[in-house]
Amino acid sequence: MTSISTSASFDGPSRALQRNLALVCAAIIFCVPFIQPGQYIIHLLIMCLMWSYIYTSWSIMGRLGLVSFGHGAFLGVGAYTGVLLWNYLGVSPWLGALAAVVVTALLAVLIGYPCFRLKIVGHYFALVTLALSEVVRLIIIGLRDYTGGSLGMTPRTALAQGQEIALGAMQFADKRIWLYLVLVCWLLALYVWHRVDRSMARLALQAISEQEEAAASIGINVRAVKLGLMVLSAAMTCLGGVLYAQYQLYVNPENLSGIGVSLQMVFGVVAGGMFVMLGPTMGAVFLLLLSEGLRLLIGNDLHGVDLAIYGALLVIFIIFMPKGILGTLLHRYDAHAQKRRAKVNAPAEASAAPATLSVLESRP
Amino acid sequence: METIFDIYLLEALCNGLLLGGLFALLSLGLNLVFGVMDVVWICYAELIMVGMYAIWWLHTAQGVPVFLACLIGIAFVALLGATMHQFIIRPVLQAEPINQLLVTGGVLFFLQAGATVVFGIEFRNLGVQLSSLNVGEMSFSISRLLSFAVAAAAIVAISLFLRKTFIGTAIRAISQDRAIMPLMGVNPARIYLTASALGGGLAGLGAALLVLQYDVHPAIGLSFGPLIFLICVLGGLGNLIGGFLAAFVFAQFISVGGFFFQLEWGYVFAFIFFIAVMFWKPQGLLAKRA
Amino acid sequence: MLSLRDVSAGYGSFQAIVDVSLDVYPGEAVAVIGPNGAGKTTLLRAISKLIPASGRFVVEGRDYTSMPSHEVLGLGLAQVPEHRRLFPQMSVEENLRMGAFLPAARKNWREKLERVYSLFPKMRERRNQAAGTMSGGEQQMCAIGRALMSGPKLLLLDEPSAGLAPVIVQAIFDVVRQMRAEGYTVLIVEQNIHQVLKVVDRAYLLETGRIRNSGSAAELLASDDLRKAYLGI
Repeated sequence: MTSISTSASFDGPSRALQRNLALVCAAIIFCVPFIQPGQYIIHLLIMCLMWSYIYTSWSIMGRLGLVSFGHGAFLGVGAYTGVLLWNYLGVSPWLGALAAVVVTALLAVLIGYPCFRLKIVGHYFALVTLALSEVVRLIIIGLRDYTGGSLGMTPRTALAQGQEIALGAMQFADKRIWLYLVLVCWLLALYVWHRVDRSMARLALQAISEQEEAAASIGINVRAVKLGLMVLSAAMTCLGGVLYAQYQLYVNPENLSGIGVSLQMVFGVVAGGMFVMLGPTMGAVFLLLLSEGLRLLIGNDLHGVDLAIYGALLVIFIIFMPKGILGTLLHRYDAHAQKRRAKVNAPAEASAAPATLSVLESRP
Repeated sequence: METIFDIYLLEALCNGLLLGGLFALLSLGLNLVFGVMDVVWICYAELIMVGMYAIWWLHTAQGVPVFLACLIGIAFVALLGATMHQFIIRPVLQAEPINQLLVTGGVLFFLQAGATVVFGIEFRNLGVQLSSLNVGEMSFSISRLLSFAVAAAAIVAISLFLRKTFIGTAIRAISQDRAIMPLMGVNPARIYLTASALGGGLAGLGAALLVLQYDVHPAIGLSFGPLIFLICVLGGLGNLIGGFLAAFVFAQFISVGGFFFQLEWGYVFAFIFFIAVMFWKPQGLLAKRA
Repeated sequence: MLSLRDVSAGYGSFQAIVDVSLDVYPGEAVAVIGPNGAGKTTLLRAISKLIPASGRFVVEGRDYTSMPSHEVLGLGLAQVPEHRRLFPQMSVEENLRMGAFLPAARKNWREKLERVYSLFPKMRERRNQAAGTMSGGEQQMCAIGRALMSGPKLLLLDEPSAGLAPVIVQAIFDVVRQMRAEGYTVLIVEQNIHQVLKVVDRAYLLETGRIRNSGSAAELLASDDLRKAYLGI
């Protein structure tokens, strides 16, 4: 039931716009530490970028219709693998990250492989990942002798008194280092998103032109690609978990594998725009503003209220603004630009209808 | 020592059977809705949770007798199901499946978080104490036996409804060929609404049976929600008989697995079993629909 | 009984039928014939309001152009869709029963069932068999029976001979003759010209979405248009 859809309108000038916007933002963020804005601002920026990175990783699967309601599982695996290996075996988190990626990739294949042969791919994926996230959480809690259970655990500190950088242990007291690290990760994630998007478009066009080829072979090709993307998304998210653990210096099954985290990811990306490159980033910013705003309005007490509001907003967004905030804006921008171009090239312009080119259906 | 060990294993097996009946009832609602509409109510367990809270609140806060509270609870969740369909699912019925997914996901989170806000995270108990039945060295709680009996009766009732009534037949027909239903004079929108109310009602009944045995808390949906879904997929989503059988298989995993290890691991094993089956037979063990 | 005026319908930007006008009088048997892709099935879908269409639709003097599809059966228009479209996992009897879903038809559905069984004795034999396991001809009989269960006035048949062996096709058209004898008005859409023109009074020739010709069955059989449409000569 999943289709790879490339919206022709998103081939429009909005692409270039987003690219430029990303570079401009990156440049601005790069300069921020030089104006000494204070630790809190830098922390906010780091959190913003980190979650933008994680959301973007999620959306690589999400835009294929593979909506995961349990990406928290990969976050948790990433975070805990890194911390466990460091605390008990002294393995550097850099290497621990690698190990985590391997485990995550295996998980992704395990969960993902059967789903392509299933009719209800999207639903299967949503609920199996929901179950997976629960299972991971239960395993973390079940292994409480090692993981500290619900109380969480902290990476063993490697920073001596006054020391700023412990490179091998991936611990940096200077937040600016984290800022630049996360900035690079964010840009990389955007680049990956961009490359995936291009190859999706190429695949879709290829599918059209290869009408004569046996449907099965195209199908298998598509399935392999999807599985690969799933592994990619999971691996990237897992690395996000590692970063999170090393920055916060505290991990907890609720914060990483809990249902709240997974929901926030889904809602954030949907609100921002699942099918545009900067959509997830926009979503992360939107969610941050929303949660700060809610905190001002309601105070710190009712934790459930913000999640309830996110849930309700998710429903409302899907019904009324399924493209998300940024997605809708960019769609209008492209349509507007198209109209202008059509007026200029009126007679010669071939019809470039901004229709969605929905090409492939995965066969059961 | 040997004999005692066997007896308790037998008890676990029997408990698994009783649990299976309950699971079968729960999966029935989900399968029904999917069969009719091709929509998976991802928030199904949360509907059950809401039903449990409703019954609990009616009984403990309002003093309504348990039986009546259960009836009201069932009606309430049936109404909830129909309302959810009418206002939340219908707008996205023609959209891509992913939107339907996200919309029910949103409802899931909303209900769960909402329950946290309204009722807090403590475990609530109905306060109904039913004794146990002793068979030899094994003991079975009355509430569990009762829920098995009620579940069985409900399943029989639904089967009769689906087979003997016109609407029931239409519900079965629409899952086999949706496009020609108008040619029979059937308004698909009405069938959807009926099926939604029915699915909600079954969830409400499940809630009534669960609240007799277990405490309710906002996240309880997470503990059996994915389970119900896994059961349905295992039996072939939309396949009522398949779901029925798969329910018993799963229940045994939980019961026996929980017997040998801690309860959490039973869940984990059931999940592993599920993944293994998915590799072998992705359409589900008994899928009739391609 | 049934009147279409300037009806056009299609899928997306493709108009499968354009400005079609036809009439079916009570008690008649009328055929719409035409080669593959002429738009015949589209026409029937439009009549049953399964697809949106422009133009006017009138049945028994009543304009039903803007009626929703599930109410059309209530007007007495029952369609036997292309490829039979029985509910494969339901038994013959259950399929027939679905035909009587309309509240008005439900009342004496068992009587109607008996009549269908006497019309199609084979169906009585196979009443508990899953419809999907029957042969093409048997399925066709079941599908016609299902349409009859609603007590219709006008029967719409979409390519009843499609995919059936010639012997079975004969049997099916014998059934159509029987329907006529019982007083049903029939509109058949067909590719198989020879068989259908032996059964109907009048026919319309539909080619690439437009009515090219119409007349009595005999006239049409002899006409040149027919040859052109089918053989391109």
